[in-house]
Amino acid sequence: MTDTPPKRKDPRQRTPVPLLPPVQRSRAALGLTLAAAEGRFALQGCAECGAVQYPPRDACRACLSTDLTWREVPNGGRVVAQTRIHASPDPYFREHLPWRIGTVALDAGVPVIAHLHAAVSRGDRVRMALRLDRAGQGVLIALPDIEGSAMTSDPTLRAMGTDPRHRRVLITDARAPESLALTKALLAAGAAEVRLGEPETWKAWDGRAAFDGLAAVSLHPLDVTDTGSVRDLAAGLGGKVDILINTARHERPGGVMTGDLTRARDEIEVGYMGLMRLAQAFGPAMAARAADGVNSAAAWVNILPVQALAHDPGFASTVAAGAAARALALSLRAELRGAGVRVMNAYTGPLDDDWHQPLPPPKVAPKALAQAIVAGLCDGLEEVHVGDIARDLADRWRRDPRLLAREMEGGLS
Amino acid sequence: MTVLSDLITAMTRGSVRVIDLTHTLDPDFPVIVLPADFGQCARFRMEEVSAYDHRGPAWKWHNLSMSEHTGTHFDAPIHWVTGRDAPNGATDSIDPGVFVGPVCVIDFSAESARSDDATLEPAHILAWEAEHGPIPADCWVLLRTDWSHRQGAAYLNLRDDGAHSPGPSPEAVRLLLERGIRGFGTETVGTDAGQAQHFDPPYPAHALIHGAGRYGLQCLRNLDHLPPTGAVLLAAPLKIKGGTGSPLRVLALIEEPAP
Repeated sequence: MTDTPPKRKDPRQRTPVPLLPPVQRSRAALGLTLAAAEGRFALQGCAECGAVQYPPRDACRACLSTDLTWREVPNGGRVVAQTRIHASPDPYFREHLPWRIGTVALDAGVPVIAHLHAAVSRGDRVRMALRLDRAGQGVLIALPDIEGSAMTSDPTLRAMGTDPRHRRVLITDARAPESLALTKALLAAGAAEVRLGEPETWKAWDGRAAFDGLAAVSLHPLDVTDTGSVRDLAAGLGGKVDILINTARHERPGGVMTGDLTRARDEIEVGYMGLMRLAQAFGPAMAARAADGVNSAAAWVNILPVQALAHDPGFASTVAAGAAARALALSLRAELRGAGVRVMNAYTGPLDDDWHQPLPPPKVAPKALAQAIVAGLCDGLEEVHVGDIARDLADRWRRDPRLLAREMEGGLS
Repeated sequence: MTVLSDLITAMTRGSVRVIDLTHTLDPDFPVIVLPADFGQCARFRMEEVSAYDHRGPAWKWHNLSMSEHTGTHFDAPIHWVTGRDAPNGATDSIDPGVFVGPVCVIDFSAESARSDDATLEPAHILAWEAEHGPIPADCWVLLRTDWSHRQGAAYLNLRDDGAHSPGPSPEAVRLLLERGIRGFGTETVGTDAGQAQHFDPPYPAHALIHGAGRYGLQCLRNLDHLPPTGAVLLAAPLKIKGGTGSPLRVLALIEEPAP
């Protein structure tokens, strides 16, 4: 039962060691993972004859062409066969039995083997999705054709996902412009508790009162530039962080030759060193708790400027610090993936905040960033692009990173 | 060496005591907050290099980072534009003799308790002199406000129109400089009042005192343990090359009244 809040843990029981479903994939099959990481439903298609491919392969099943490209395909289908697995030699699936799988005839023209949502059975029209499983690999799941409340309580989805429902969240910087909206969106999504870090408690700030009186919300001293403060909070919260959302960042406009070294250092201290301090203090406990029942540790979220995929002369050192943080986050993802904890990077276009005030629209409203993060958690994503600018830049980056770097020489403004 | 041996004897017997006027260097201790467009003062930070572990099995040590103006700290004349050309105006060139000297303490705590923006005026100084005698030349003057008893956000006392904390008026600073003081020290985060940007000149303690080649001390504590006159201040900044200031340990020697 995942729709009732979990009981308190029995301290006499050992915390289960996180296990993973099979990890190995061919290079071709990793295409499913890349699509699932972004919440896209994509399969290979043949550039010569157009045949859609499944499972992923190196040559077309119809014409043997090796020119196969990943493309989004219609996600409708019908379940033509189903089975319920009651026994498995795989240590991960042994803990999740029984497990339902089935064959789905896709509207795109191929039959696929897929995990089945609890409300789906043979003969049903289904909505197919690519999801990351606990090992962080892309898998197919057949979902009911109509979204409903049953979505959140399905054990298969829950086992794969990072749904905030019943989970305890730490937002690292309450002062970030999106933190209040994020808190409310998480509570609306069923989060059990939202704790927020408050840096520099000796500096009064206007937004603080908005957190007062919110049930299940609390502020705690935390400054990601202070190793002692990060350690103290990690020690105090122990294994009570199921989702960590790092909203701490220091963004300032400026170039390279005329930029400010003190600010650049602050950007690195907050964006890069701060991430490393958080990872060292909170990461090991989260990694140990990835199979800890309904409110297991599930996700780590970083918020990065989308320009970190390339550069931005208008925010040179801020974006460089973001690029450093991104590289660190990818290594952290590799480390946490081994335990089954997902690292989501939310790439955002310029926020509609003080430090981006002279930039022209479109800008990302803090509330939109908050909603995109929570939606990404509900869908178990690894890569989220927030706002038109972020989506456009990411699209151009996928096609040709060097071309994007040239195009960015004029900056975003 | 009779004087020094007498001093040591007095300290051993407890008739001369050492008072610590210094706050602990702590990552949580407030630093001055400037408008967001300006460069900011770094807070105190420490990173462990090793702690009797694989990084160094028998020793523990930290790397520190901070501003010259973090925590209880000293302001050298070159800290302010008015003192930029002061001779020997940096922490490494100041005559070390000035780091030890007599100190007068003006008790302004009652006024500061009444108003966050309490401003020290010449009248307060003249009243103090009427009671304790003239402020001697080349003497430190410390302003006791009991502000060091404040915790958290109440210390900087930031509001949407800036910080609110006590400090001297331009006229008061001028009078102190007429007396020939060596330096001026406070319990607040700066030697100037929280709203001193609106004084004429702005930040008179910084502008006038450093312009006169004199020194500042701030973020002091335990001033309520000092007598109005008769104590000796020990305030030696780190010898930072070209330094505009320095965190430091500020001590005062006080004589206990004879039993």
